[in-house]
Amino acid sequence: TVRVSWPCGGCSGRLRQQTWKIHFILLFSRQGKLRLQKWYTTLPDKEKKKIVREIVQIILARHQKTSSFVDWKDLKLVYKRYASLYFCCAIEDQDNELLTLEVVHRYVELLDRYFGNVCELDIIFNFEKAYFILDEFIIGGEVQDTSKRSAVKAIEDSDMLQEVRLRKTKGKHLIFLHLPCLTGA
Amino acid sequence: MYVPGRLRELIRTIRTARTQAEEREMIQKECAAIRSSFREEDNTYRCRNVAKLLYMHMLGYPAHFGQLECLKLIASQKFTDKRIGYLGAMLLLDERQDVHLLMTNCIKNDLNHSTQYVQGLALCTLGCMGSSEMCRDLAGEVEKLLKTSNSYLRKKAALCAVHVIRKVPELMEMFLPATKNLLNEKNHGVLHTSVVLLTEMCERSPDMLAHFRKLVPQLVRILKNLIMSGYSPEHDVSGISDPFLQVRILRLLRILGRNDDDSSEAMNDILAQVATNTETSKNVGNAILYETVLTIMDIKSESGLRVLAINILGRFLLNNDKNIRYVALTSLLKTVQTDHNAVQRHRSTIVDCLKDLDVSIKRRAMELSFALVNGNNVRGMMKELLYFLDSCEPEFKADCASGIFLAAEKYAPSKRWHIDTIMRVLTTAGSYVRDDAVPNLIQLITNSVEMHAYTVQRLYKAILGDYSQQPLVQVASWCIGEYGDLLVSGQCEEEEPIQVTEDEVLDILESILISNMSASVTRGYALTAIMKLSTRFTCTVNRIKKVVSIYGSSIDVELQQRAVEYNALFKKYDHMRPALLERMPVMEKVTTNGPTEIVQTNGETEPAVLETKPPPSGLQPAGGSMLNLQKSLCLDVMEMTSVMLRMVSRFCKSPDHYFFSAGIPSITAYNKNGLKIDFTFERSNTNPSVTVITIQASNSTELDMTDFVFQAAVPKTFQLQLLSPSSSVIPAFNSGTITQVIKVLNPQKVSDSENS
Repeated sequence: TVRVSWPCGGCSGRLRQQTWKIHFILLFSRQGKLRLQKWYTTLPDKEKKKIVREIVQIILARHQKTSSFVDWKDLKLVYKRYASLYFCCAIEDQDNELLTLEVVHRYVELLDRYFGNVCELDIIFNFEKAYFILDEFIIGGEVQDTSKRSAVKAIEDSDMLQEVRLRKTKGKHLIFLHLPCLTGA
Repeated sequence: MYVPGRLRELIRTIRTARTQAEEREMIQKECAAIRSSFREEDNTYRCRNVAKLLYMHMLGYPAHFGQLECLKLIASQKFTDKRIGYLGAMLLLDERQDVHLLMTNCIKNDLNHSTQYVQGLALCTLGCMGSSEMCRDLAGEVEKLLKTSNSYLRKKAALCAVHVIRKVPELMEMFLPATKNLLNEKNHGVLHTSVVLLTEMCERSPDMLAHFRKLVPQLVRILKNLIMSGYSPEHDVSGISDPFLQVRILRLLRILGRNDDDSSEAMNDILAQVATNTETSKNVGNAILYETVLTIMDIKSESGLRVLAINILGRFLLNNDKNIRYVALTSLLKTVQTDHNAVQRHRSTIVDCLKDLDVSIKRRAMELSFALVNGNNVRGMMKELLYFLDSCEPEFKADCASGIFLAAEKYAPSKRWHIDTIMRVLTTAGSYVRDDAVPNLIQLITNSVEMHAYTVQRLYKAILGDYSQQPLVQVASWCIGEYGDLLVSGQCEEEEPIQVTEDEVLDILESILISNMSASVTRGYALTAIMKLSTRFTCTVNRIKKVVSIYGSSIDVELQQRAVEYNALFKKYDHMRPALLERMPVMEKVTTNGPTEIVQTNGETEPAVLETKPPPSGLQPAGGSMLNLQKSLCLDVMEMTSVMLRMVSRFCKSPDHYFFSAGIPSITAYNKNGLKIDFTFERSNTNPSVTVITIQASNSTELDMTDFVFQAAVPKTFQLQLLSPSSSVIPAFNSGTITQVIKVLNPQKVSDSENS
């Protein structure tokens, strides 16, 4: 519950040491199934599970006509639904919520650019790619690149790197497979 | 040879499971296969297995046995392995497992890898989950990469540095040289992360902040270029160029301009420009405006700029988008104290937000409304807030009620209005009112002497129909007990007096006593009220006597005690009854003040005051001022008393112990700031359960200690007797002592814990 600070102390929102990083990002379906979880703070596994359960419950219960922001403990949850997936970001109380919505939107755009018309199934079956893309966009809870193109390009280049190495080891098998054809059988 | 299945196949298979149990079975089978594959140290398929493990981990199944495998993957030369390995490390490991340190060497090597994507993986992992030890070991590598010309790596290194600083703040200094040219970059990624790094450094160190203030002109220039530049497809969001960078620059400017006139002056123009020219049709523009407003309000901006900012917030309030309204209310709450008049102009819009569906918006609107209440608008505002109290969710009611009470107390235009408002709150949200409100309200009512008749009448009417709301019933019972005579005599001036008989009044009070809904406390109030009426009513004294005597055998101990005492009042002390139960006088508001320190020992509290007179002017005692001496003496009393009690309890505990014959050796219980107190112990000759303690106080400072008073407290089972001290002045320079005898009795010779 939100602490009621009345009367307001007249502060301009400044705390002694302000960090603005994202604390964690969750992606989950409308049935509450987790599709991605990225934590930028250290917490025990049990604690993480508890938090995920709690937050999924809170957000799924939200009325459609409410704002995208929920006060939760000493953090703020910024969430938005894209088709069948909820994207939820936990930010500091003093952070810019409207910008966080843009951060979420940018991540969706990157996924869309990489997968081409991304849908939930893409993220289910290629969850590791979703993580790779996220890690090209955000490090330690802070945005690392603001260009739509370069994050996706980096992933595609990395994919190529995988392929090249893979092809190098697979090359032997290819030659082996060719042999039967040569005999005309 | 068994070839482990592919990841996608596993995912497909698991998704076909129709029940949780079926899924669990599949997972267990697969985990077993993976475990044996790990045992065989199979390099080829390790990557695939770990990937599957990560999927199962996301479903909620344990995957800790894959931690070491992730480390092996990271150490592999294959890029595919490293990719999954680092991902696994970030998902399965953290600084709480010692095993994570094994990563350090691999990361170090990878930070120097020839392929930038490998370096990128290492930087990312370190920047997301690096522990303090890892950060310490690898900070040097990060610093090196911060200076590279490769912008892909530079931006990652910058964020990695941010993480290192957050984990090990002492390392901040080493990154300072590398920050020199960061803002000269053209690459937006590097610019953005550099601004984040600079922000982190400035927030943590005032020296850094002062050092980086010189960057203000450059930051202003970069921001200006962003706004003025043409369309850049790479960084464009709805017609705005790189909003992420704009916001971070605005934030850094905020930190640099805070409390600094020159910097604030230098950024004035650009802030005004952003505030007026930013497109507001989409969320992204408003995100920038929002940050701009926060910056304007936090730096030393001129008043024109501040008004501009508040007007932006006012426009936000009228926006259809709930998110924007939410943000506006939050910001207005922050500025309402400093820019009160400007915010007042938007009062009606704020009050409208009380009716919003969104709970967070309602809460902010409520807080803001309370902040805006003043002597001029109190009637109108209270009307709205009372209506809100009526219709809002239960989670708000307690805070709203408290807020209304506070505001009413400060700004009530008349006593009648005040009482009415309180009545309205009690009847509307009576069960949500906080417990501490009841005594405050009672005091308020007592002090409004001319309203007594009106108040008791209204309260009586309120509980006639429904006596379930405890705070309301408590206040009403108390009032009826006090002013019942005014009630039955029909003396009300403010409104039509009602006809009520003494029996009817007693009926309602008795109903409260019997009702299941009444809390124990409430019953106490009712019984006392009935008792008080025995001196205010004329015809029903016998009835009251009967009620009181019935409750003398109540199971509720509290009620029973009261009833028994009141009974005794009727029987043996009837001559005292009128005086005891007479009208309460006007109460003073309780304020806490004074130098008294309360010493708590085992639940007993005794004030222990050591007073020293302030020195005559011009004379400075050695070792600090007298005021400090007094304070430290007070705080040390607690320590001293507990020492004494420990000694006493040990003595009393074991009369057959060798202490009995040898006696307790004397101790110096206190020796600080020139005051020394010694305790000597002996058993009383007349009563072996009594310990006689002689205290001797001496003073080695240059000034006499006057008005010295020693007090002490003991546990409930003990008894204490303090005999008169020899004097109340301890002369300076150890030239004399105060002696005092204290007798402590431990009647049961029960051993107390050592910690008493």
